[in-house]
Amino acid sequence: MTDPKIPVTEDELHAYVDNELPGERRGDVEAWLATHPEDAERVQAWRTMAEALHARYDAVANEPVPRRLDLERLMQPARKWLYGAIAASVLSFVAGSGAGWIAHGAAAKPSLLQSFTLEALDAHRLYVVEVRHPVEVPGSERVHLQQWLTKRCGWDVRAPELGATGLKLVGGRLLPGPTGPASFLMYEGPSGERFTVYTAKASAEATQMRYLAKDNVGAMFWADRGVGYVVSGGSDRERLTQVARLVYEQSDKSDMSGG
Amino acid sequence: MSAFRQSVEAMIPALRRYARALARDADVADDLVQDTLVRALRSERLFIGGDVRSWLYTILTNLNKNRRRSLARRPQFMPLLEGNPDASGTEAEGRDIERALATLVEEQRAVLLLVMLEGLSYREVADIQGVPIGTVMSRLARARAHVKAALEGVRPSLRRVK
Repeated sequence: MTDPKIPVTEDELHAYVDNELPGERRGDVEAWLATHPEDAERVQAWRTMAEALHARYDAVANEPVPRRLDLERLMQPARKWLYGAIAASVLSFVAGSGAGWIAHGAAAKPSLLQSFTLEALDAHRLYVVEVRHPVEVPGSERVHLQQWLTKRCGWDVRAPELGATGLKLVGGRLLPGPTGPASFLMYEGPSGERFTVYTAKASAEATQMRYLAKDNVGAMFWADRGVGYVVSGGSDRERLTQVARLVYEQSDKSDMSGG
Repeated sequence: MSAFRQSVEAMIPALRRYARALARDADVADDLVQDTLVRALRSERLFIGGDVRSWLYTILTNLNKNRRRSLARRPQFMPLLEGNPDASGTEAEGRDIERALATLVEEQRAVLLLVMLEGLSYREVADIQGVPIGTVMSRLARARAHVKAALEGVRPSLRRVK
C-alpha cells in the first residue's frame, strides 16, 4: 500500500476497474471504496456496463466470418464475388407529409451508400416522368456527355451500352450528390420502360450489390473502386438485376482513372 | 499466407465486433471492416512493424470518423427492421446498451468500446486516437457517466473525486 492518506482520484477509480492501476495502490482504492459507497456504486455500475457490452456484442466476434471478408477474395482484382451474394436490404421508412423524414434521436444513421441510393431514387422518380426534358445532354452526343460528366465529377463517367437488353441511351445530366457532383444517365426501352444510372463518390472502396425498394421503384446499388453506382428502375426486380449486371460488366471494361 | 496476412485475418472477428458496436448497422459495420482490410492488405509493404492489432483498430476508427463526417448533414431515419425475434429479456437489455452507446459523441464511444469491449490499454487507445493519455481518461470518464445515466434514465453529472 502506498500512503492511504492520499485521496483516491477519479482517474484512479477508472484505472482500478481497467487494471491500469499500479499494484501498490489497489489496496488504497479498495479501502476508499469500502468507505465511500457512492464511488463503490459507480465502480459497480461500470463493471455491470462491461458485462452488458460483452453480452450484447461478443456474439459478433463468435460468428463465422462472412465470405465477403475473406482475404483471398479481397486481394483479387477480379470481382466475380459481387454476383455471389445479392443481399436484399429493404428499407422502409415513413415520410411525413412534406417533411420527408422522421428524425429519431437514437436511430442508426444510414450508410453513405444507402443515403445516395435514396437520392438516386428521388432523381429517378423526378426525371423519368419527364416527356420534354428528361435529360440535359441527349444520347446522340454521347462522347460530349461522357467528357462533360467526367470533368465535373472527377472519375471516369462512361455511358454503358445497354442495347443487349433493349435499352437505348436517352441522355444524361449532372446532379448535386451528398458527397459532391453525381452523374445521372437515363435509358429507355421500346415499350417506354426507363432505367437510370446514378454514380457518386463513395467512401467505401467496394461493396456487394444490394437491392432497395420504395413504393414502385427499385434500385440495385454497389460501390466499386471508390465510386458508388445506383441503377434504378421499376418494381420488376429480375429485370432490374439484369440491367444492373450489364451496367456492372460495362464498368468493369472501362479503365477507371486512379483505380 | 504471409505472417502479416495471418495476423490481419486473426483480427477479423474482433474488428467485426468493434465495428458493430461503433456503427450499429450490421451492413455498415461489415463495410467498415471490409474497407479496413482492403487498406491494410494494400499497405502491407508500408507496414514496417509494430502492433498490427492497434493499427487495424486505428484504420477502422478513422474510416468511421470519415463516414460520419460525410453523413453529418444527412437526414436521419429509422430502419424498419431492428433486432431479431429473440427472448425478450436479454434482447431488451441489449437494446438498452445499444441506445446508451448511441447517446455518446464519437470519440467517447470509440474510447469506451476500445477499453471495455476490446480490452486495449490506455496507452494503446491514446495511440489509436492520436491524443494524450489524459484525454483518453477524460473521454472514458464522460462516456461511462453518460452511459450509466442513460441506462438509469437520468441526466448525468460528473463528480470530481479530490
